[in-house]
Amino acid sequence: MSDFKRIIAKRKRQDFIFNIVGIMCTLVGIVTLGALLTDLLMDGLTRLNWTFLTSFPSRFAARAGILSSWVGTLLIMLVTALTAVPLGVSAGIYLEEYARKNWVTNLIEINIANLAGVPSIIYGLMALGLLVYQFKLGQSVLTGGLTLAFLILPIVIVATREALRTIPQGIREAAYALGSSKWQVVRHHLLPYSLGGTMTGIIIALSRAIGETAPLITIGALTFIAFLPPLPVTTQPPFLSIEWLWSPFSVLPIQMFNWVSRPDQDFVVNAAGAGLVLIVVTLLLNAIAILIRYRVRKRIKW
Amino acid sequence: MFSAWKTPRWPALFIAISLAMFGVACNSGGTPSGTAPTESAVIKVDGSSTVFPVTEAVAEEFQKEKLGKVNVTVGISGTGGGFKKFVRGEIDVADASRPILTDEMAQAKANGIEFLELPVAFDALTVVVNPQNNWVTSITVSELKKIWEPEAQGKITHWNQVRPEWPNEKIALFGAGADSGTFDYFTEAIVGKAKASRGDYTASEDDNVLVQGIEGNKYALGYIPYAYFAPHSNRMKAVGIEWEKNKVKEPVLPSPENVLAGNYNPLSRPLFIYVSRKSLDKPAVKEFVEFYLKNVKTLATEVKYMPLPDTAYQMAMERVRTLQTGTGFGGVPEVGLPVEEILKRPPKS
Repeated sequence: MSDFKRIIAKRKRQDFIFNIVGIMCTLVGIVTLGALLTDLLMDGLTRLNWTFLTSFPSRFAARAGILSSWVGTLLIMLVTALTAVPLGVSAGIYLEEYARKNWVTNLIEINIANLAGVPSIIYGLMALGLLVYQFKLGQSVLTGGLTLAFLILPIVIVATREALRTIPQGIREAAYALGSSKWQVVRHHLLPYSLGGTMTGIIIALSRAIGETAPLITIGALTFIAFLPPLPVTTQPPFLSIEWLWSPFSVLPIQMFNWVSRPDQDFVVNAAGAGLVLIVVTLLLNAIAILIRYRVRKRIKW
Repeated sequence: MFSAWKTPRWPALFIAISLAMFGVACNSGGTPSGTAPTESAVIKVDGSSTVFPVTEAVAEEFQKEKLGKVNVTVGISGTGGGFKKFVRGEIDVADASRPILTDEMAQAKANGIEFLELPVAFDALTVVVNPQNNWVTSITVSELKKIWEPEAQGKITHWNQVRPEWPNEKIALFGAGADSGTFDYFTEAIVGKAKASRGDYTASEDDNVLVQGIEGNKYALGYIPYAYFAPHSNRMKAVGIEWEKNKVKEPVLPSPENVLAGNYNPLSRPLFIYVSRKSLDKPAVKEFVEFYLKNVKTLATEVKYMPLPDTAYQMAMERVRTLQTGTGFGGVPEVGLPVEEILKRPPKS
């Protein structure tokens, strides 16, 4: 009997110890994030105002703003999303629903998983050789957007496939039983039901892309740029212009990097301000992901 | 049950939001330079991170004066990276913290790129120690060489190995990373061969990291550009440099006066812009370069760099007027040149 009690006590102790270790591990993450945010807020909050968001970079820390870099970030993300999402989702659907399961598919799958782990600077080097010099796209918004699209493509593909896998096989079979073609199954059932998972994956991938600096520096993103790309709408027909795709650009992380490495310490405050904007945008993206997942899950009743 | 369920038009919504935000940005960006009209000229500058603050200041003022009719972009690819783009004809102006080298000149020639070499400001590499360091006030070039040459790696580790009266404590070394022009220049000037350096020191491309390191260690010694020392002169102590080949025989501290007088050798270095001859035919580029030379004196001082004497800018202006192409350095790195010497040299292509 005492043996029994001893074993129970031992297991309870193990439980307790793991509990403590678990709390510690969680705290490391939370405390780090908290400290980072507090530090950024303390440094950067004073700089955050309308003028900061609507001014171009300057040699005076107090006059410098992030207008050209946040517009650059926004346009880059637009190009990235418009390229990576259709490509990635289509590839994911093909691999999961259409492709025959043989060694070629296996090889492709393994390579996509490996691509997701390739350091971002490698994508930058590839883009420099291929997009900038081979295709002569220049150091433009288009090149930057495509580079980041390549970078997040594997993540989007994997997320799409995971989302498709969570749909019960019965749904597909039921649809086929009613005479649906493969495309109808995908279009009317699989796509809507997997939307939550796919969108979450896409947005997480975009939040990764938004903070990327290395590949954009490699392709030659600029540091000082005090004008905006041409407007996408014009006064003459056809009223739409894609001129902005060829415009030079800078992005928030590059602007931050430049500010922290300057001799004048006043710029560190600006960098903190830009960092806050970047974090807020990332948190917003994540919030959207959570919202979409929540709404989609609520609608699906299996 | 699912029949009413349609995929929401997320992509369309996303585009709409982005365009709307972009529109807002363009309207609110009411600063002088405003938005770029499609046909406005863009002047492309790229290169050294050391020259960047100066060029940025000039570009800012120039755009203000041109009211957005001319746009200037400035990148940081490092001196070498900037020259790579320059000799391919991708940019109009290259920022450089060292003169152009022979192989870069050969590439420029092969691509039919002629260039004008214009000195714009001075930088002084500053050897710094911790403010609590009370034993070092000056150091000779040969002592610096003893510390920094590749053979010193793992051997010269204590202060008293450099000078016997210095303490028997470990030296903590801080210096520029291998990709920077600062590293090239320091090794050339001190060790005698560009890029020849010991490897066992704290290296960083970010000079602020070096500043922090030196500030935090009583036994630290490092080198940084003067622009990084000047705003932190209370956190670090500059060391006087003694050089047997110098005309001044006692140790010289880095200061605008000493650099301008040509006394701070061999660690003061000229900073340049290189302008493509072809680009100068564009009126916007010509105006930008002239604006640069006219205003760099005040602007360089504002960003804590040392301007050249007035005669230097007059000479550079003359070079632009008469379109004198080529370099005064012949593609070989040289150090410790006095200001007058640099200015007197006729450029050769």
